[in-house]
This record gives sequence, structure tokens and C-alpha cells, in this order.
Amino acid sequence: MNKPRVKLPEAAKVGDLIEIKTLISHVMETGQRKDPDGKVIPRNIINSFSATFAGNEVFKADLQPGIAANPYLSFFMKVPSAGEFEFTWVEDGGSKVVEKIKLNVT
Amino acid sequence: MMQAKSTPMLDRREFALAAGAMLISSVPASPLAAQGAEPAWQQALKSLVGDAKPIEGKVTLELPEIAENGNTVPLAVSVDSPMTADDHVKAIHIMATENPQPGVATFRFTTLSGKASAASRMRLAKTQEVIALAELSDGKFLLGRRTVKVTIGGCGG
Repeated sequence: MNKPRVKLPEAAKVGDLIEIKTLISHVMETGQRKDPDGKVIPRNIINSFSATFAGNEVFKADLQPGIAANPYLSFFMKVPSAGEFEFTWVEDGGSKVVEKIKLNVT
Repeated sequence: MMQAKSTPMLDRREFALAAGAMLISSVPASPLAAQGAEPAWQQALKSLVGDAKPIEGKVTLELPEIAENGNTVPLAVSVDSPMTADDHVKAIHIMATENPQPGVATFRFTTLSGKASAASRMRLAKTQEVIALAELSDGKFLLGRRTVKVTIGGCGG
């Protein structure tokens, strides 16, 4: 899997409500399509995403083939303290991409 | 709805209208009416809510009215909630009623979320209704619906 892109505000204060936007390139193969020989192309999607901040869970998403290729996800967090985000994308088959980003809390 | 005391003699047209209205309102709500050939999304919905009756209209589901490309349709969903430990939205389930598989995604929130809102991009095989079911911390369910006209379907092969 490719390196994901994450967009956070440049700086935030404790108590702020911030939006987190994430994007990762992935084919999100549904398992419904057939190749030119008529064989079903096996399903291969990112089936789970999670975000933690300073070790606590903030947001999770269970994804199914109805999510478009290159899954985009945005969600919110009320900043509890200074800390670091950990974002995890899990593909069918279990391979993972983990991205850690520190939030600039002023 | 049709009380004999107020309208002792419904004329044919009124009767037809009233009966029609009853039919329409009862179809999506009554699980009995759909028995036999129950669509997959209704089964999925039932397995989530059990015997609870979701409250309609409290979920904001933002989708385009017309999606030219069903392969990538922007979707945003939110529920008004204080998001405190006692009163928060646990999850929002997104279902596409006419896709080969109705389940699209489940967004799971915590009290750290601050706001029960998420956005993504979905696939729509054809023109259809999209359902958002919110699961609250007190065990209640809220439901939102939105119909999207799809010009070129996604999920195709």
C-alpha cells in the first residue's frame, strides 16, 4: 500500500474541535468485477481504518466494497491535550499501514 | 386515519387516496409486509436495530442529488449530539439499498470525537436510496435517507 496523506490543522488549542482528513491510494477491488476471461477478480479492499490520539481511540471506520477507490475519510476530534495521532489502515489479508503525526498544540 | 364518525360516507376517490396513503406509509415501516422477498438492506437494518424502531429524520445525510459518476460519490453524515459519556453517537452505518452489497461503511465515534460527523466517497451501482442509521449510547436509533440519481453506475464489471 502507498503512503497515506493526512491533513491536520497547523496548530490547535486544547478544547478546539478539529477536522482530520485522510486519503490513501488503493484499488478497493469489490470482488464483483470480472477480468476479460470472465474470471472474478478477487476482492481486495481496505476494510478498516482507525485513529487514536495519545493512545486513546478517536474514530474508527469499517469499510466495505461500497467505498470508492482511494478511500477518503474525514472526521473530527475535540483536542484533549498535546499528543500524537496514530492512523492505521488494514487491508484484506491483514497488511497494515501506520502513520504517526504529532498535533501542534499551542 | 379513517374514522367512521367523522366521515360516515367516504366517496370512492377519497377512499382510494386514503388507502393509497396507508399502503405507501406501511410498506417501508412494516417488516411483516416485506416478508418473503425482503431486500438485503432491510435484513441488514433489522440485524442492527433488532426490535427497536429507528426515529426518522434526525440524521443529516449529505449526498448529491445527481451523481454523474457512481464510482465516486461524495458522502457526509452527521448527527446533532453533545458527545458526552452519557449521551453520544456510538456509530453511524451507511447502507446503499440497490448496491450488490448493501453495507457501505460503519463510522464509529468516541467521546473524543467531539462531533458525530464523518465524510467519505461511496460507490452507487444505480439510482437508489442511501440510508444512514445512527446508534446512540442510550440504545436508541436514528435514521436518515437520501435518494441519489446515478447517471453512470459504479461497481460494474
